[in-house]
Amino acid sequence: MKNHAFRILFTLLVFQTLMHSQSKGMVSIKGSRYIPLYGRDATVVEVKDFEMDIYPVTNREYVDFVKKYPKWQKSKSIKLFVDNSYLANWKNDLELKDSEKPESPMTYVSWFAAKDYCECQGKRLPTVDEWEYVAMADETTKDARVKPSYNQQILSWYEAPRSNENKIGQHKKNAWGVHDLHGLVWEWTLDFNSVLITGESRKDVDKDSDLFCGSASINATDLMNYAAFMRYAIRGSLKAKYSMKNLGFRCVKDRNKVK
Amino acid sequence: MKTLKYIGILLLFFAAFQSCNSDKKSNDNSSEVYQCPMQCEGDKTYAEKGSCPVCKMDLALNDNTSKLVDDPIISEESIFNLTSIWHNEEAKAIQLKDLKGKTLVMVMIYTSCKAACPRLVADMRNIESQIPDEKIKNIQFVMVSIDPETDSPEKLKAFAKENFMDDAQWTFLQGNESGVREFANVLSVKYKEISPIDFSHSNIISVFNSQGELKHQQEGLGVDNKETIATILEITP
Repeated sequence: MKNHAFRILFTLLVFQTLMHSQSKGMVSIKGSRYIPLYGRDATVVEVKDFEMDIYPVTNREYVDFVKKYPKWQKSKSIKLFVDNSYLANWKNDLELKDSEKPESPMTYVSWFAAKDYCECQGKRLPTVDEWEYVAMADETTKDARVKPSYNQQILSWYEAPRSNENKIGQHKKNAWGVHDLHGLVWEWTLDFNSVLITGESRKDVDKDSDLFCGSASINATDLMNYAAFMRYAIRGSLKAKYSMKNLGFRCVKDRNKVK
Repeated sequence: MKTLKYIGILLLFFAAFQSCNSDKKSNDNSSEVYQCPMQCEGDKTYAEKGSCPVCKMDLALNDNTSKLVDDPIISEESIFNLTSIWHNEEAKAIQLKDLKGKTLVMVMIYTSCKAACPRLVADMRNIESQIPDEKIKNIQFVMVSIDPETDSPEKLKAFAKENFMDDAQWTFLQGNESGVREFANVLSVKYKEISPIDFSHSNIISVFNSQGELKHQQEGLGVDNKETIATILEITP
């Protein structure tokens, strides 16, 4: 009897690990607390455990998506959710232009489309804090922001033209096992509209307390992190229906949520 | 002893099912419906491909599996394309399209806000007071909470009473986090949680016509709302 009880316990333990095993194409990210460039008043933010796609979503994957969900096809998508440049590099509703590679990151996509893509896979877009948390890592360290080489590398990519035409996975993975957070395309985040800075530099100096309630609390913490400044500036200037040539996305999933 | 074994097997099945559930869900697309593109027979649908018996056109795939409903009456720019579920201050579940037919004046606030929201609310009341009585019945003033966790329907109701905004032309909405984020993005409203009870947010009042199309946005606090009122009067019968 005891023997059997043990056996059951054993099988249960096996299931436990099975149920929490990683999803295909994703890696686990162990949550922690850290100080992002723009934080709350207390500046430290907490990131919970989650899983992140190893690669950004590719053209090929998005072709499959629009086949299954025709409402996101180029001609069927509605103006509330996309602008005119949505899928600008596509020949028609189901095909990319011949010059585009299937394994290049998917771009020309709006926030609404990216959000729905992730939700249709049972995932979601990462928050700014989550994205920045994973993106702090270089190949060996999980927080490489203090290394001069980390910033240099990212900035040299920001200068490189047409990186969106490269294939995914050509940069080395970072310490978490995630590829291409830097070096390929910018990526959508779930709460990109939480960046309360306006596009105009003069306005930012004033903190614009009439336009934003509480904007005085938004102060940068790490003045050396130019690369992060650029990312926040991009996010601050985006609208959810915009599509851009060098703006793609990837999905994440909450940990411990067995579906 | 045997029963134990069965329980074990059952558990195994259960776990196996659970782990592949998410994949299965996304693959399940069997409920395809075809319909005449000219809708010769109204809403009549077919389970298979073919041609319309009236106009002989090929039947088109009717994508009613999607979350976003293709209602032919509303335009592409209409906010009624959003299908998230909201709760009003009476705790009634509604969708935005339930507000169709009236001019909508919308603003995003949260009730525990001490800084800008009272002024935004004052702006809304100010606008409302300048609308002639005969038009009020064709206008809905909607306050959408950016703090759905705190702002329950009861809280919103209390807030409405406290601010003398309990008449029929005022609506308060509580959504879910994703719905609120989506709605804010349609309005180009930015917001960020600073602490559990405090948010930063854009101060924008938006005016939609009865079809849910954005007609005017007023940005800032205590600004001259002449234009906003002019727009409202123009599009309201």
